[in-house]
Amino acid sequence: MIDIAKFKPKTVYVSYIAATPEKVWQALIDPAFSKQYFFGLAVEIEPKKGGRFRLLWPDGRVHIKGEVVEWQPPRRLCVSWDIEGMNDFAELPTCLVTYDIEVSGEAVKLKMTESHSWNIPPAILLGGEEGWPKILGGLKTLIETGKAMVPDLKSGPPPGMVEAVKKAVAEKPWLKG
Amino acid sequence: MSKPNFVYVTYIKTTQDKLWAALTDKATMKKYWFGAYAETDWKPGSPWALKFDDGRIADSGKILECDPPKRLVIRWINEWKPEIKAEGYSRCTMTIEPYQGAMKLTIQHELEGEGTQFIEAVSGGWPRILSNLKSLLETGSVAYETKA
Repeated sequence: MIDIAKFKPKTVYVSYIAATPEKVWQALIDPAFSKQYFFGLAVEIEPKKGGRFRLLWPDGRVHIKGEVVEWQPPRRLCVSWDIEGMNDFAELPTCLVTYDIEVSGEAVKLKMTESHSWNIPPAILLGGEEGWPKILGGLKTLIETGKAMVPDLKSGPPPGMVEAVKKAVAEKPWLKG
Repeated sequence: MSKPNFVYVTYIKTTQDKLWAALTDKATMKKYWFGAYAETDWKPGSPWALKFDDGRIADSGKILECDPPKRLVIRWINEWKPEIKAEGYSRCTMTIEPYQGAMKLTIQHELEGEGTQFIEAVSGGWPRILSNLKSLLETGSVAYETKA
């Protein structure tokens, strides 16, 4: 079991979407949607607390695996993330990704929070800081227009991230409490 | 990096010129900025104010840099709430860069002095305004017209 109390919010991204909470919820849990805004990744999620969660590449390889930490449709979804493959990246500690959905005027406010249990260096956080605006911008476009913002959007680790991950995995600061 | 600071990035399916026009055209601004628009001639050194049609002024300052259609820097002070105005001037930098068939718009808002309320206020405001701007350019309508 994951001890949520150990995790602190590090990156937050808020956007407002012309949709209903149900529609936004659906876009978060349905692979037909996620493939169009999440770098081609298909979401696979067991719809219950403790259920399995994965993000899969188009060829079926697992990119992220984890579990459903909170399942409150259509208001709050929290999943744990462990990176698979990608050498050193796979040895990083688990992180949590939480989506909060609330009605705000005529729109819906979607807040994504990425939380970590250790003093994660800025160069590693940059991966999420650069990725989330692309992912969630694509989600908003897809919901509002029915089309992908940029089909086949490419993304890789930002400069300095690979080195920072290598250093962190060598030193394992998360073991030092 | 120690200055109080807020950064927001949004990707918009549009052209650099259309995005620039949306950031600087009064009639377009009013649609996504909850009725507010900029009063300025956009020349470096010129005064700038964010106003409503009824004459109320939300913010004021001056244009520091204007490089269409890529970069805009405004020296900016809040005129709405005395406690926020008391935190002094900020610097708002807007940059537009093409990114894989979309436009990357980055807003960086940095306070010149110390304080927490100005950054808190813009952290709440920018995501609303820029979500509305993205909707307007991509769909022709804003996500919502009234501030919730």
